[in-house]
Formats: sequence, C-alpha cells, structure tokens
Amino acid sequence: MNIKSIDLSEKAHWVWRETLAVHRRAPETRVASSLSSIEIFVALYYGGVLRFDPAQPLAEHRDRCVISKGHGSICMYPILADLGYFPIEELQRVCQTGSFLGGIPDPVIPGYETVNGSLGHGLGVATGMALGLKRKGLDRSVFVVSGDGELHEGANWEAIMFASQHGLDNLHLIVDDNRISMLGYTDDIVSHGSLSARLSAFGWDCMEVDGHDVLSVQAALLQMKANHAGKPKALIARTLKGHGVPGLENAPLSHIMNPKPELVDSLLEQHP
Amino acid sequence: MTIKPLAMRDVLLDRIWGAMKDDRKIFFTSADFGSPVLDKIRADFPERFVNVGIAEQNLINVSAGLALEGYTVFAYAIAPFITMRCYEQIRVSLALLSEVRPMNVNLIGVGAGYSYVVSGPTHQCYEDLTLMRALPNFRVLSPADHVSAAALFDRCVNTSGPKYLRFDAQVLPVLYENGSPDLDTGFHVHRSGDGVCLVATGYMLHTALKVAESLSAEGHSVGVVDLFDISNFAADQLQKLLSSYAGIVTLEEGFRGRGGVDAMLFEFIARRGLAKPMLNIGVEGAYRFELGSRAELHEQVGIGPESVLRSVTTFVQSLSDSV
Repeated sequence: MNIKSIDLSEKAHWVWRETLAVHRRAPETRVASSLSSIEIFVALYYGGVLRFDPAQPLAEHRDRCVISKGHGSICMYPILADLGYFPIEELQRVCQTGSFLGGIPDPVIPGYETVNGSLGHGLGVATGMALGLKRKGLDRSVFVVSGDGELHEGANWEAIMFASQHGLDNLHLIVDDNRISMLGYTDDIVSHGSLSARLSAFGWDCMEVDGHDVLSVQAALLQMKANHAGKPKALIARTLKGHGVPGLENAPLSHIMNPKPELVDSLLEQHP
Repeated sequence: MTIKPLAMRDVLLDRIWGAMKDDRKIFFTSADFGSPVLDKIRADFPERFVNVGIAEQNLINVSAGLALEGYTVFAYAIAPFITMRCYEQIRVSLALLSEVRPMNVNLIGVGAGYSYVVSGPTHQCYEDLTLMRALPNFRVLSPADHVSAAALFDRCVNTSGPKYLRFDAQVLPVLYENGSPDLDTGFHVHRSGDGVCLVATGYMLHTALKVAESLSAEGHSVGVVDLFDISNFAADQLQKLLSSYAGIVTLEEGFRGRGGVDAMLFEFIARRGLAKPMLNIGVEGAYRFELGSRAELHEQVGIGPESVLRSVTTFVQSLSDSV
C-alpha cells in the first residue's frame, strides 16, 4: 500500500462511517469513545507513523501499538480489516457467536498486542516493552493509546514515573482526551487539570493537538517519533466523545448511550 | 554429608546470577526488595536488572512487557505484595495474556505464612495459595527447603508461562539432603505408612515430619508427603498413594477453609472418588497482632507441632472408632 497516496481525511471519514455501521449491527460496542479516537488511529496506521506488517502481526521489526482504551477502539476493526489483518467480511459478524471481534477487543485479534478490557494496564505493559526494546538494542517504537478517564488508575502513574526515570524515548503515549468518563465529565469526577503540565512535571515531553484534525495529529506523531531527547513522549489529543453524532457528541453520559438505529441510518445517508 | 541450610531466595538468586552471563534472555525485576545475592546481579548485570521502586502493579506490567519482548523474567518482592497488591495486573497481563501470547514470568514471593514473624499481618501471607491457584495458566510452587527451591530454577527457565514461587523468608533446615525432588511428579514422599497421610506444603512439611515422628513413636503408621507443586502434580500417582491410607491430613501455613491446599485436596479426592476422612490444619480465618516467635504464633493458631499432634491424634482416634 502506498501510504502517501492516501487522503487521511477521506480515510478518517470512511472509518467513521464503518464504525457507526459496525455499531448499528452490534449495539453492544462502545461507539462514543470509539468515535473520539478515529483520527488518532488513522494517523498512526495510514499516516506513515507505525511500521507494521499485516501478514506478520507480531513480526520482531514492527512498531508496537498498545491500545489501552480497548473498549473505545472499535474503529480499529475496519482499519485492521482494510489493512489486511483479517477479511473485511468479519466486520459483519462483530459480537456474533464464533467471531473473534467482540464488544471489547482482545489480543486474539491480529493487530492487538495486549489485554485491554480492564483499563489502565496498557501503559505499564508498553513501558516494559519499551525497556525491553532498548535493552535488546532494537530501534523500534512503542505507541500507547489511552483514554483520559483511565488515567485515574494509579498504576499508570507508576509507569509514567518509571518511563521518565529510564529515559524511554521510544515510548509514546497518546491520550484520547475526550474528557468524559462513564458517568460524566472527568473534570467533575477527578480533574486531571492540564495533562500536559502534569506529564511534563513527571519528566515527559508533551504536545497537544486537535484530535479530530487528522493531518495535525499525523504531523504531531511524526514529530514526536523523530524526537529522541531521552524522555518519553505524550500527545494530548483534544477530542469529542461521540464525534459527529448529534445528541451523542460530548454528552456527559455518551459512554453508555446508543444512538438510535434510524439516526445512524440517516447519518450514513447524509454523509456518504 | 550435611548440607548447610540457606535461604531459599539466596540459592535461587545465585542460580539466576550464575546463568545470566550465558543466558542473555534472563531479566530480573524487583519492587525495591533485595538480598546480598541480589547485589551481585545488580552489580554484574545492570542492563538486565531493574528496580521499579515500591510499585508492585508496575512490577507486574513491566515484567509482562519485557516477557513479550522475549525475556525470561524473574520478578521479586515480598509475598503478600507481589500477589495481592497487584492481583489484577497478574490476572490481566500474565494469566490472561499468556493464554494468547507466549511469555515467561516467574514471580518470586518471599515471606510465606508467618515467616516475617514480627512484622505483623501486612507482611505475613495466608491468602496467596488460594488466590494464585485460582488463576488458570499459573503454576504455583511452594518448596520446603533451599535444595528444592534451587531446583525450581531449571523449571522456571525451561517452561513457558507465568509461575508463582512461594518462598519462606527464614532459613529452614534441609529436608532434601540426597538431592532435589522430582519436579515432574510435583510431590515427594518423605515417609510411608498406612494410617494417616500428612500432606504438607512449605514450612508445614517440617511440622508434619515432627508430628509424624511423635505419632510413630506412639505406634501409629503415618505417611508424609511434600506437595510442592500446587497446580500441576502427577494426579494418578497421588491418587494411588492416598488411596492406601485410612485418612488424610492437609497442612498449610495459610488460612484454613478458604480455598487453599485443603480445598484443593478435598476437591481432588472427591473428584477421584476416594471418599477418605480428612483433617485440615491451617490458620483460622482471622488476622492477629500478637507478637511471639514463629513457634509460639503457630501454637496460638493451632498449626504448631504440639497443636497439630493433638489434632491428628484425635483424628486418628476417630478413624479407629469408626472402624
């Protein structure tokens, strides 16, 4: 695939449509948090950021992408199918008996590295991978996509301190900062304040970006990846939960809301 | 020749240190927990040693990540902390993930039962056998002396999957003067008889042997078995062995009646249709703050040699009464 020939905005729109379509067929999936992370994954996989081989998902020379916000990555199903990790027909069987594409993705899916149903584990495991790569002398990067809500889990901060202590500049944390947890806005639950300021205070290099501007996300990721200053790196992507779906977008309870099937149908019709 | 008793952790760490020079896949992680032998690993292999600090959750996740990158990881901390502080990390990133991806992580938990005698119930460990045996894909190993502890090294390196090594914090007398037990069998017969069989793990094997000596002096025929592999023993062999006894006594330095070795043996004999009377020796389910020697604490909670002898004597009597 010639990555340079891909229009990232068009691809992001296609993924948005496919994610809604998957959710239309499998309403058990978490759609709102899967719509906030689309441009992040599109930039990672189509923007020339990650090195990967769908024919060998666990090839030693891949960049590692740990998806910590597992439930909020249903948009990866169409992406992985499109890239050839599995047949695109599998998208018709999400959450059905015998399918490997569940309501929350597991590492039985080619392309998924770790177990992420329970939140707050991805960064720690990715930190171990980044340390292992360094000690093996293998010049490969580790990317972690996390939600902001799951950063309430204290184990993340153990990993955040560890990563800067060991200068893991092959480690990249991307926070899908939609600022909504299950029961409301994170600022009303336990506010992170400025995540950039907090992570910087912990010794990380931080950038912020409009998480729905896919070209800006791509540029930020490429810039991050090229930066080897002896510090782990974080990209805070400002996003909207339920992006593009009226009534769902940025609604405090969007995590547990399902858009009506008729609404999804009309959106798909209006935005071909 | 008499072997000088050593700490379990020191002999295993010495084996690990000795192997790290040639086996560059071995990585050692610690949650700010040391030992004089660990100092050699830290000094000689700084690239493959990391202290994560007092952060057991991260200890597990970092170890999992290293294992995914192909390292054989030994993770080291105090037993209650390396099992209970980070149980969900163990479940998700080791037990669950190892179902899908090959990984070799060996948790070394030091401080089985009451072995941190004066540190109180936070540092003592009565629940770990129950919790760790609940996890699929985990191997739970509970040696009774340093010879059998050291022998676990080869098993750790050569067998993929997560493992929990439950080590005593104290130096215990050597019970395997003639060499380590057969790891494939998972248990070892120390005494044979046909009356009651004492099935013990860890420190309680020492108690079982003392009690068996006393019972034998009183004319009872007693067997003693060291069950050091809680999760993977030769089931048919153990069934055959236990079927030759009139009754079974389990001994563990952990809570009684809460899913530990006692529950495992109950289930085992039921499933195998043995229908043997059973007595369970373990710590009553309560936390205690009394100070005393380990022997005194054991007698207080009914797992010291004198208490066990009384309990087993009554049990033996009940067996002969029921004949």
